This record gives sequence, C-alpha cells and structure tokens, in this order.
Amino acid sequence: MTELLKRPLTQLVNLESPLSLSQYISEGGYQGASKALHEYSPKQVLDLVSNSGLKGRGGAGFPTGMKWGCVPMFADNDDKAPEFKYLVANADEMEPGTFKDRYLLEGVPHQLVESMIIGSYTMAANRGYIFLRGEYHLAAKRLQQAIDEAYQHNWLGKNIQGTQFSFDLYVHTSAGRYICGEETALINALEGRRAIPRAKPPFPQMSGLFGKPTVVNNVETLSNLPHILKHGAAWFKALSPDSDSGTKIYAACGRVKTPGLWELPMGTTIREILYQHAGGMADGLKLRGLLPGGASTDFLLPEHLDTPMDFDSIAKAGSRLGTGGLIVLDDKSCPVAMVLNLIKFFAQESCGWCTPCRDGTPWAVEVLTRIENGRGRKEDLDSLHNLCDFMWLGKTHCALAPGAVEPLKSALRYFLDDFEQHIDHGCCSYKQSTNQQTKLKGHCHG
Amino acid sequence: MKSDVLSMENISTVTIDYRQYLSTTEVAAIEHEVSIMETREAAGIEALKIIQEHRGWVSDDSLYAIADLLNMPEAELEGVATFYNLIYRQAVGQFVIHLCDSVACHLTGYEEIYQTIKSYLGIDYGQTTIDGKFTFLTNVCLGGCDKAPSMMVGKQHYQSLTPENVVEILADLAKQESEND
Ligand SMILES: Cc1cc2nc3c(=O)[nH]c(=O)nc-3n(C[C@H](O)[C@H](O)[C@H](O)COP(=O)(O)O)c2cc1C
Ligand code: SF4
Ligand code: FES
Repeated sequence: MTELLKRPLTQLVNLESPLSLSQYISEGGYQGASKALHEYSPKQVLDLVSNSGLKGRGGAGFPTGMKWGCVPMFADNDDKAPEFKYLVANADEMEPGTFKDRYLLEGVPHQLVESMIIGSYTMAANRGYIFLRGEYHLAAKRLQQAIDEAYQHNWLGKNIQGTQFSFDLYVHTSAGRYICGEETALINALEGRRAIPRAKPPFPQMSGLFGKPTVVNNVETLSNLPHILKHGAAWFKALSPDSDSGTKIYAACGRVKTPGLWELPMGTTIREILYQHAGGMADGLKLRGLLPGGASTDFLLPEHLDTPMDFDSIAKAGSRLGTGGLIVLDDKSCPVAMVLNLIKFFAQESCGWCTPCRDGTPWAVEVLTRIENGRGRKEDLDSLHNLCDFMWLGKTHCALAPGAVEPLKSALRYFLDDFEQHIDHGCCSYKQSTNQQTKLKGHCHG
Repeated sequence: MKSDVLSMENISTVTIDYRQYLSTTEVAAIEHEVSIMETREAAGIEALKIIQEHRGWVSDDSLYAIADLLNMPEAELEGVATFYNLIYRQAVGQFVIHLCDSVACHLTGYEEIYQTIKSYLGIDYGQTTIDGKFTFLTNVCLGGCDKAPSMMVGKQHYQSLTPENVVEILADLAKQESEND
C-alpha cells in the first residue's frame, strides 16, 4: 500500500497552508464525492458505509451505517418523506486531551466539505452545519474559505456537478461550554438555545434540529467517507486486519518525550503509541497510568500497555477508546490532584439539568479538594464511592456525569494508596517532591 | 434600582429599539445569520458574538436591542448569553487572556504559568487591569495539549508556555494599540 492509502485521513494535511480546491482536486480530492453523486444511489452509499464497518470517532463508537440507516428516507414512502433533513459535523472538540479534529479542520478543510457532500447525499439532507468550537478561530477561517471555493465551483449549492442533488453548508461557531459536544445539546445550541441535552427518544435521526431528521457525526468519522468511496469497503477493513476497520488518529499528551498525534491502523497497541510514537516518558519519569481516550475514560495501568486501542479491547481492559487521545500520568505527578483537576472540569461544565450531575460533581470536587489539601477524612473515600454510584449510567440525561465517574472510580481503585496516604499523613507528598526534586512518598514535612 | 415594595409599578421593563441602537453593519451581519436558520431566535448566539466582536462585550442595552431585532423575550436571550462562557456580559479589557486549566496543562506546568500571569499583571481570574489592557479568565482545554501549557489571547493561541515566554508575550501585547496590530 502506498503512504496515501495507509494514512488516508492525514496524508494531505498541511497546517501551514492547506490545499486550495484545485490543489486538493489534483491530489485526488472530490473523487469520492464525484463517485457517490454520479455512480451510486444513496442506498448504495449507505450499504458501502455499513459494509466498511466504520464506527463513530466522536467517543461512543456507534456504527455509522446503522446510525444513518435510522433516518427516514424518501424511497421508503414518498408521501410521508420529510421534506427537510440536516447533517451536522460535530467539530466541538472540547474533551480535554483531544486535538485530532483541529488537525483535520486546520490542515485539510476541503476533506470535511467533501465528506459532508457524501454524507448529505446519502441521507438526502438539504442543509449541513459544521458546529465548530468558538476557540478554533483559524479553523473557522479556513473552513469558510473552503466552503466559498466549493460554492464557486459548484461542489455546494444547487444541482451539484450537474446532478439533481443540492446541498447548502454553513459553519456555526460556538460560544463555549463542553456540553455543546453532546449531540442533542449541540442541536439546542444550533437552535440558539442554552445547550442542555434533550431527553431521548426521539433520537435526532427522527426529530432533531428544528424538529427535522438530523444526523450528527464527528469530524474524524465523516473524514473517512471520501476514502471509503474511492477505495471500497474491503480496503477500509484491510487497513487494520485484526481490529475495527480503518485508521484512527491517536494522540498522546502529558509528560511524554514527544507529545503529538499519529494516524495509525485501528488497534495499534498503547505501547506502540506511547513508546514508539510519543518517545516514551520524559526524562526521569516513570509511567504511572493513563486515560486512553480523553478526560472521560477510566485509567489504565502499565500492565495494560499491550492492549490494542480499539473499541472492544479497551472496553475489555476496563476503559473506553473515547477519542483515542492518551493522557499520561507520570510518577512525579499526584493522581489525586489529577483527578481533582478532571472533576473540577466536569463540575464546571455540567449543564445543571440532572440532580446527580449538578450536585454530585461539585460535591466530589469538595471532597477531593479536602483530601488533596491534607484535610481528608477516612469516610471521604466512602463518600466518593457513593457519588460514583449516584452519577453512574442510567441516572442522568447524558453521558457527562458517567464520564466524570470513569476517571474518579478507576483512580480510587488503582491509586487507593495515594488517596489513603493523603488522608493518613494529612498532606500531599508530591507537592514536597516537586520542591525537593525527590519523592518522599508517605513522608510530608512542613 | 431601589424598591421596597414589590408591585407592578415598581418593576420597570426596558426595551431598546434596535434601529436606534445597532449599526447597519451589525444588523446586516445578524440578518445574514438569521437567513441561514429556520427561526430568528436561532441566530441569537451568533448575534451576541457579532455585537461582542464590534463592541468588545455585550451590555444590557446591547442585549435588549438584539432581543428586539430577533423578536424574542429579553430574559430568554439573557439565559442564552449567560450560559456560554465566550459571551462576555461584563466589560473586558483590550486583550482577554483565556488560560487553559485542563488536565494536560495541569500536568505540564499550568500552576506556574497561572502564578506568573497573576503576579505580572497583578490581577486574578475575572479581573481587569486598571489600565484596561488585560482581562484574565480561564478556559477549558484549548486543543493544544501536545504543546501544553496553552492559552488564547483574543483570537490568538499561544502554546508551549514557560514563565519566561508568557511574560514576553504579555509585554509585547501591552505595547500594541489594538488586537490587530
Ligand atoms: C458531554 C459530551 C461531550 C461530547 N463532546 C463531543 C465532541 O466534542 N465531539 C464529538 O464528535 N462528539 C462529542 N460527544 C459525542 C456526541 O454526543 C456524539 O456521540 C458524536 O458526535 C457522534 O458522532 P459519531 O457517531 O461520528 O461518533 C460528546 C458527548 C458527551 C456526552
Ligand atoms: S448529566 Fe450533567 S451535563 Fe448531562 S444533562 Fe445531566 S446535568 Fe446536564
Ligand atoms: S489541556 Fe490545555 S490545551 Fe488541552
């Protein structure tokens, strides 16, 4: 396989100056969209995507073909077919430790435009929005340029490339808040409301934006489409022979030698990502644990290093693939302080709708702050466990609260010693060690 | 507003006619956003951002005028405006610093950067320097975790911060007349 075929998503990325429409076309761009529009029926594209085994890259790993298959289509029943449908690219990317979509948005904006054309053709969507987080100013500018060019060359607008298909695409820049990334909260935000998730059902595919059928997909998920169209489902599956289909943009941050991101076959092991690509731990540090896919995933330990980074394997190891971005904890950073930082984030970003989340996350912050500052009590660990149950799946309207539980609960399990020492010794030994360059575990002075 | 007895006469409601308050450029930009949405209210967030782009922040009067233009209740727009952290409902300085306090930055030196900015500018989160140059705010992960610690000032992202370079960045900005210099 040539390089292009091995790293389809990122091969054409140019962060300095992304490809213009004509440059993108000369590198093979818009061939996927052209093929879909001219050679395939929407149903054929849907079947192709289903057969490719593409799963959502936004965190939940839901099969894309299945998601699209729920959209009521014209062909089913002409009389009852909804006259308007929406496709939304979720470019909110606010999960701490995640920066993969930014790379695609800034580096190859035409790829997303092409992907949106293919997706909208498949579900006969009339209009699309790219829901972009407000802080990504450069991406906003580049996406708008790409959209303008696409309109000029009839890749967007009426009767695209001489076909019957018309599609309008807009960028909506958000005004902040992590919860906007949750797909039903995102829909409320697009309607100009507070970004509170919606109760499901109805699912957005049936009744979403302005009450119309709506599909929300992650940027990386969508970006696979042109390549699946061009090279086929079998090729896509063969990218990662022993695992879920396709490639994945993995990343690593924290105190590792060379933090960054890499497009690799789905199912690459944590060890390969951390040691081969991220260069291992920074000098003088040892690996303590890591969150495999962003802030809302459970910690894994060095013993899990040989786990393939795919949906099932990471789930079997007790965590979630999430966004595929490793957040690495070293042995000189305090796990309690790290968890406190994470839970503060969730408490601040809770939309406040469900009591377990609205009250539980700040409560956990209070308890963790007490422990970290050396004022913890033995009962505090029980309180934290109770809070984890209180906020777990099925008790809230969205996955933010269970997402907060994941790092907390796993930290209580894997780093229990640290929590207990904070309580027993009335201090955080790591704060001492950063001052003195040595770790005085279990002995705090001053 | 001072009132001892809560009765209807004591509640003054304010409405601001957008035609007297908003510029034609602002109205045109907002109407463009309305045109790509199914309802007028749906353009609310973009409208708030447009006004903020022109005026630095969203005052009560601006909010009332936008509500008037979009034909929606002021209270509803206020609910929207206060939900989103990138809408400023108080006056801000010429440069708004958003320092990332999320996990990757936490692990790679956030605390030191925070202390440096705080002592260099003499302000804490939520405050503006007396000369009106800087406002200091936090932000969740800015998507620059591979080059942490990270901050955004205005629309510009700064990465791989150190206590030394962050002071240089702020000193350079302080010399600028406007964000676009
Ligand atoms: C609190 C919360 C935040 C989320 N943030 C994002 C996000 O920033 N980007 C994203 O693609 N998905 C995010 N998701 C997942 C979306 O709800 C949704 O599952 C995803 O966009 C579906 O796309 P996919 O099927 O292509 O993965 C978030 C979910 C939750 C609960
Ligand atoms: S779990 Fe939290 S963020 Fe999600 S809907 Fe409930 S209160 Fe809002
Ligand atoms: S955690 Fe600071 S930029 Fe991501």
